[in-house]
Amino acid sequence: MKIEKYERFFLYATAVVLVVFFGAILMSVGEAGLHLPTQDAVLDPTAVGETPPFDNPGVYPTGPDEYTAVMVAQAWSYSPNEITVPAGSEVTFYVTSRDVIHGLLIPNTTINAMVIPGQVTKVTYRFEDAGEFPMVCHEFCGIGHAGMYGKVVVEG
Amino acid sequence: MTALMTDTDLATAEQRTWAKWQIYLGLFGFGLGIVMGLLQAMERLGLDLYDEFQLQSYYQGLTLHGVAMAIVFTFTFANGFLILTSMRGYGRPMASTGLVRGSFGLALAGVALAASAILVNQATVLYTFYPPLQAASVFYIGATLLILSTWVTLLNQLLTLKAWKAEHPGERIPLLSFVSLLTFLMWGVASVGMAVEVVVFILPWSFGWVQGTDPLLTRTLFWFTGHPIVYFWLLPAYVSWYMMIPKQVGGRLFSDRVVRAVFILFLLLSTPVGLHHQFTDPGIDEGLKFLHMAFTFAVFFPSMVTAFTIIGAMEDGAKRRGGTGILRWIGKLPWREPSFVAQVLAMCAFALGGASGLVNASGPVNQVVHNTSFIPGHFHLTVGTAVALTFMGISYWLIPHLTGKKLWSAKVAVVQAWLWFLGVLTFSRGLMGAGIEGQPRRVPAGSLAYALDSWHLYDLMTGIGGTVMFVSGVLFFVVILRTLASKVTGEVYEMPLSETMHGDEGSPAILDRVGLWVIVAVVLIAIAYVPVFLNHAYQFKSPGFSLF
Repeated sequence: MKIEKYERFFLYATAVVLVVFFGAILMSVGEAGLHLPTQDAVLDPTAVGETPPFDNPGVYPTGPDEYTAVMVAQAWSYSPNEITVPAGSEVTFYVTSRDVIHGLLIPNTTINAMVIPGQVTKVTYRFEDAGEFPMVCHEFCGIGHAGMYGKVVVEG
Repeated sequence: MTALMTDTDLATAEQRTWAKWQIYLGLFGFGLGIVMGLLQAMERLGLDLYDEFQLQSYYQGLTLHGVAMAIVFTFTFANGFLILTSMRGYGRPMASTGLVRGSFGLALAGVALAASAILVNQATVLYTFYPPLQAASVFYIGATLLILSTWVTLLNQLLTLKAWKAEHPGERIPLLSFVSLLTFLMWGVASVGMAVEVVVFILPWSFGWVQGTDPLLTRTLFWFTGHPIVYFWLLPAYVSWYMMIPKQVGGRLFSDRVVRAVFILFLLLSTPVGLHHQFTDPGIDEGLKFLHMAFTFAVFFPSMVTAFTIIGAMEDGAKRRGGTGILRWIGKLPWREPSFVAQVLAMCAFALGGASGLVNASGPVNQVVHNTSFIPGHFHLTVGTAVALTFMGISYWLIPHLTGKKLWSAKVAVVQAWLWFLGVLTFSRGLMGAGIEGQPRRVPAGSLAYALDSWHLYDLMTGIGGTVMFVSGVLFFVVILRTLASKVTGEVYEMPLSETMHGDEGSPAILDRVGLWVIVAVVLIAIAYVPVFLNHAYQFKSPGFSLF
């Protein structure tokens, strides 16, 4: 019957499209190195202030054009709330939370990660061009949520 | 009159009444939800009405919106509608009238408790309620009762299947009852995650019996259920699309076998996919995220089968009504029938919803859109339209069916459906555009200190589209309330039920072995989740924070 032929074609086509899409994603990981956050360190969420490196939040140079940003998220700000790096810097963020779940979103970059109490979020991005980027909490964290933002200043 | 009715008739009549009240409770939730939706739309247009409505914050309104729409409306409508379809399929009442009543009672109590906590601003945690943000215990108890109401319906369906089998040895499970049962079986398996989250971890912590909780663990348990919940929202709509729409367009369902297989695939594949909501979470192995991504792509497959089968059935109907050509037959569909129009527009929105869902499911692309406005843009096309507009379309025959009253103004109802459709296209385009430009979700976008210029046009689209959806929702209630206010006509409004071209004689008997399929589903879930729970670094240390 004709319908069965069409149906079979449609199902095969669907399967092929899905497999091709999935292959493209795997290639983006293998070739372009687009990784997802994975298991890293854990810490006691009630002792963030005493646990290195979060006892000393800040931005630290780690090599030529390389920086580490150690940040603590809390209701309703980041510590530090402003980060300054020269253009062309690769910044690796280590972030945790001292209270509820927060997020870290820097629009128009690949920085988009959850910040969960007891867990360390590690994300890396290279800021090529000078400018200011808002650093935004994108997980609901209480009444002051919309006011929880900081900025990354990239100096030319 | 009563003396002439048998016990079976009496049971049927009473069960129908309770199912009707479930539907009414669902519509009440929907009504509350659209008012909260309007407040959010207005906020984006620069008009903050939260004070006028005695609400503490945007987030209190958003919690009410999410709980009313995604839990109350969907759960109670599924309870009511699928009790009715089960009965119709088996041609007998449900095994237990007490359980039909109990399901309604639990849902009503759940709504009352959850709503009271939210209304006094003691549960502004959004419907995702991630610990360690902590609501009043009564909110979690309400949520538990709502889940229990669905489990009671599942239990009743299983008892009814057993009773029916005893009366009909060796017969195939009627297709309508089969799909109704599979919907609840899928949910029964999937909801275990959220049930454990709430009962084992959150409630003792919210009562103060234990000091700390594990935020990543509870979040993972939430998403164990939080993705398949979308299929629990969707499958009652699929029941209508498969079993009723072909009849409503004068066509036939292509094949019994395909429908049974599709619902089994949803039972198998809905749950082992939850990590695709946690791609950007720390503390979860990247390889496991890719495993869940593969399952997520697989669960796209039965929806594509559905698209083919339903469009095929509609073409069959249109051609039997004199339609011709490759596409011209579309004009012969019943475009003046509100129940059909609402549901076919819901399907069109679902095509976009499905495509954007695939975007969300693709790990590296997800990093662009995760927790941005793109996500609500996506799910207002799926649950917010594919499901909600289908439920409105179902109501257009179901309310007359349950009350014996004629639908008030089919014309207004058709306009209502189109308004919702055009509204959501504008609304979701706005949210998706803003999301791609980096606007976070769950924020009062109209008053953000850090708003980017590129978001303003999109916020305008979201605000206008949302307002149009609200107007459409009001028209829906005008039609329903004027129908209810009319007199009983004495006519019988039947449940539309499709014939199949290829009936159950061609369906392998193994498709009816529901116990077997549940076991396969559990095995797949174990493959996807046992490594997640084995790898997890357990630490129950986070105290509760009530920051609202």
